[in-house]
Amino acid sequence: MTDNIIEIGILRYRPEEDDKPVMQTYEIPYNDEMSILEALHYIKDHLDSTVSFRWSCRMAICGSCGMMVNGIPKLGCKVFLRDYYPKKVTLEPLANFPIERDLVVVMDDFIKKLEAIKPHIISKKKKCLTEGTHKQTPAEMEKYQQFAMCINCGLCYAACPQYALDKKFTGPAALALIARYNRDNRDAGAAQRMEIVNQEEGVWGCTFVGYCSVVCPKDVDPAAAIQLLKIDSAKDYLIGMFKPD
Amino acid sequence: MAETFEKVYKRSHEPIFWGLFGAGGMLTAFISPAMILITGVLVPLGLLGHETLSYEKVHVFATSWYGAIVLFILIALPLWHTLHRIFHGLHDLGFHKGRDIQQVFCYGFAFAVSVFVGTILLQMA
Amino acid sequence: MSKRKPYIRDLPVDWWMKQLFYTKYMIREGSSVLVTIYALVLAWGLFRLSQGEVAFNAWLGSLQSPLAIIFHLCAFILALYHTITWFSLSPKLVDIQVGGKGLDERIIIAVEYIVFAIATVICFLVVI
Ligand code: SF4
Ligand code: FES
Repeated sequence: MTDNIIEIGILRYRPEEDDKPVMQTYEIPYNDEMSILEALHYIKDHLDSTVSFRWSCRMAICGSCGMMVNGIPKLGCKVFLRDYYPKKVTLEPLANFPIERDLVVVMDDFIKKLEAIKPHIISKKKKCLTEGTHKQTPAEMEKYQQFAMCINCGLCYAACPQYALDKKFTGPAALALIARYNRDNRDAGAAQRMEIVNQEEGVWGCTFVGYCSVVCPKDVDPAAAIQLLKIDSAKDYLIGMFKPD
Repeated sequence: MAETFEKVYKRSHEPIFWGLFGAGGMLTAFISPAMILITGVLVPLGLLGHETLSYEKVHVFATSWYGAIVLFILIALPLWHTLHRIFHGLHDLGFHKGRDIQQVFCYGFAFAVSVFVGTILLQMA
Repeated sequence: MSKRKPYIRDLPVDWWMKQLFYTKYMIREGSSVLVTIYALVLAWGLFRLSQGEVAFNAWLGSLQSPLAIIFHLCAFILALYHTITWFSLSPKLVDIQVGGKGLDERIIIAVEYIVFAIATVICFLVVI
């Protein structure tokens, strides 16, 4: 086993010396239990300490290690060399994001969009602690739970051609997060969030390519969230026609 | 730097076109394969017998009120579906300039053909 | 001074040819071009119908040209592709809970195919 070698190509970009990214290939011993993230660690520890990449949890929880693996957005810690061996593995920074350095991308736009949708419960009125907790039945939780599983990895943005074509598009994860809060019976902020949804850059920037839901490592199904929000937005439009505010 | 201005949200009119797109897409999904197979392949090849789509039959159908409605929906509605897709497809293909004109042209085309079909049906009735 | 110099990659115009999933998406969207032409063929047939029997029969005759048959075969295949993709995506728009769980996708899709089969049979019964 130990003599087997696998080739790993990494798209390098060092802002102080490179004008544009260049591909650099490394050869490492193949091990069928090694994740792509571990392979990167091997390279950093043994071959080239200048390679940069993000990671933290190593178990598909933190959402930091998103990258393009052979052209498909993946979490580095959730895919393994055995999924590709004996083919070469090519790693690139997440598509549709500016490259900061090597596999590290600039996520500012993504984070700004997540923040803009008010990702927190907006209560009807402030409750006193003595009044007890907000109650929710399992069926009420089921309505939004899937959309609450997002780990903000950004893979869906790397998979979305509409985001690639127009960076103003609110995008899959942020819209799924809107659905998550709007569908929560403890929340009363739907009207505020619908203003974002109703725009051209809101749900109407989506043409239902559906790739976001395919690449999502947490089965959030942002494409479904967006289509449900389109129905909500259409209803909102009709209501707006009859009683303009 | 903190953003000091209030963000203005602009409501899109897309729901109207999306509604028509959905209705047309649904119709196309359920009916179009059969329609194309019948009118475009089986009848021209003479596989369905000579009387199928004869002038007599079609004329009677098109001049009845229910037939006219059916034909209008079958011919016009899919166009609101397809031209919506073509409009967005143009953007996908990289035509990012003059989106307003593209929109007027696409939906205008669907509208014009709908009027054309409607007028003929009314004239024949 | 900041050493940052973020690099922005351009999206190639042919992005949709570089990944099978995107290519299939474009074929799905592209099916609308042939369906549009088909609708125009029908609209023209209706116009010829309004001009009388000779005109209508000439239209019917023109459908027999090999080119017309090939076009309609292509349109048929793409329309069918539209049907398949439409059915496979439509469960995402259904928001029904049964017994505290979302309705199973497979049930929705199965119902759609049954309705599709019935609609197709009705089409044949109407014209024959
Ligand atoms: S929706 Fe899925 S792919 Fe998108 S950021 Fe959340 S976890 Fe990642
Ligand atoms: S390292 Fe946390 S998700 Fe991969």
